[in-house]
This record gives sequence, structure tokens and C-alpha cells, in this order.
Amino acid sequence: MKAKVYVTLKPSVLDPQGKAIHHSVESLGYNDISDVRQGKYFEIALNDAVRETDARAAAERIAKEVLTNPIIEDYRVEIDR
Amino acid sequence: MKFGVIVFPGSNCDHDAYHVVSKHIGQPVDFVWHKDTDLSGYDAILIPGGFSYGDYLRAGALASFSPVMNAVKDFAAEGKFVFGICNGFQILCETGLLPGALMRNADLHFVCRHVNIRTENTNTPYTSELEKGKVLSIPIAHAEGNYVCDEETMRALEENGQIVFRYCDENGELSPEANPNGALSNIAGICNEDRNVIGMMPHPERACEELLGSNDGRDIFRSLAKAVTAAEARV
Repeated sequence: MKAKVYVTLKPSVLDPQGKAIHHSVESLGYNDISDVRQGKYFEIALNDAVRETDARAAAERIAKEVLTNPIIEDYRVEIDR
Repeated sequence: MKFGVIVFPGSNCDHDAYHVVSKHIGQPVDFVWHKDTDLSGYDAILIPGGFSYGDYLRAGALASFSPVMNAVKDFAAEGKFVFGICNGFQILCETGLLPGALMRNADLHFVCRHVNIRTENTNTPYTSELEKGKVLSIPIAHAEGNYVCDEETMRALEENGQIVFRYCDENGELSPEANPNGALSNIAGICNEDRNVIGMMPHPERACEELLGSNDGRDIFRSLAKAVTAAEARV
């Protein structure tokens, strides 16, 4: 079983890296893009014997306590059986 | 009086901090390994600059989970002095001992040069030997020094006098041009509400000898030594 954690900057936080990527993408001729935001993606492999609800709870806790700085970031967890 | 300098895998200003305490403050100092959990012999803990754990995940994040940081939390709760410089500031924010966070510099560059910072509050254990408004020339060397916090935290920082240093020009004027990393309100260093914990991005330990271009950092360490002496006298 795999827990996927997506960490993104809060909407209120400026993302200079996303902005730089946006400029590069535009220079390739993609002009219909209004914004690019950079985030982080984690895959946490869990023992298959773990129940899905427990896996989700563990991944949520890990995301909250370690993977995210709550001052600047949000997270989302998905469980992949 | 005894100082401790914490060493994480990837710290690289630990010897500079050690050197300044032993040579310029003339006090005993130990290196403290990140796995140590006993800080009972110390009066002040320095968390030095560098790239603890390679800046993996977020600058300072993994160091904040190391065993010694639990001890540092207790140490700070006792009112003892904790001084974080550069990566040390990032670690203190990640640990929650200081409010806010340090993000990627606004221009995305690693900035390594002398900057001017203005002394905003002299009523702290780290600035008592300075004059209010005094401009110090201190080097910075970081890519994640862009201080951010929410509005409520900002208000509290202002009201409690927790903003200790701000980036400025050589005349002490604040401007976007004098801000090397995009930090909110030109913030270069803050302390906690009790003022025993401070974090700053500039490196005062690299500005203690003429030969290195500035000795403006000495007054910060002299202030701290004086505060430790005063704290010892109270016990």
C-alpha cells in the first residue's frame, strides 16, 4: 500500500520558484498559462497488512508533523491500494 | 559561564562560533553533538549556520526533529539563552521556538556578501551593548532567508519589540533595495516574547575581526556574555 502526500504552498504565500518556471515555460511558446506553483510530492510505502483507515491516519500525521510547515504549506493525502 | 555550540551533520559555522566564544568572549565552550540530550552544564546554546541534513525537505526541518532540539526546548523554557544564526534561525523557526518561517530568497539566488542591519531593540540579552538604531555591517550567506509570518504574528512581533534587526542601507534607512532576500518588513533577526531566544540570518560570528572586514558582530556576543553573567548573579 502506498500513501501519496502532496505538499503545496498556501495560496497567500508568494512562490518565486513557480514564477521563474512560469517565465521559462512562456519562453517556450506556451502563452495560455496564468500561473505555475511548485510543490512537493512524497510516496510513503506501507506494509500491506495495515488497514486503509490506519494508513490514512498515519500518513496524515506524518504530513502534518514532518512533511509540511503549517505556516506556509498545505497538504493532501491519497491512499493507493 | 559555559557555552555550547550544537553540531548537526552539515553544520559548517560551528567552529566559527566556537572560536568567537573562546577567543573574543574568553569563555569556556563545548561542541554539543545533535544526539546529546543533556544541556544541564550550559548557560547559553548557540545553533550555528550551515546546511544541517543537507537542507533536505526544508532548511532546518530535519534538524528540528533531532534529539538535542527537545533538550533545547526545555533549556529555552527555563529562560536560558538560545542563539540561532542562519541555519540556526531556520531550525528555531521549524522547532517553533521562534514564530514565522524562512522561505526561498525572493530572487532565488544564494546571497553571500556583507549587508547592513539596523539595531531595532537594545532591550534584549543580545543587544544591550548596542545603541538603538546602530547600523552593523555583517555578512549573510543563504538562499532561504526570506522571513514570512501571518499578519497577526507580525503585529505581535511589532508590539512586543521582538524585531531585533532589520536590513537597511549604510545610513540606517529601510528600503526594498537594502533587503537582500525579500524578508517581510526587512526582518533580519527576531527574538521570542521572553527575549531569551533569538534567531538572525546574518553571521555576527564572521564579523568579529578587522581582518574579516568587520568586527561589528562582537557587541552581540559581548551583550550575551553580560546577560549570562547577570543571570548567574541572580541564581
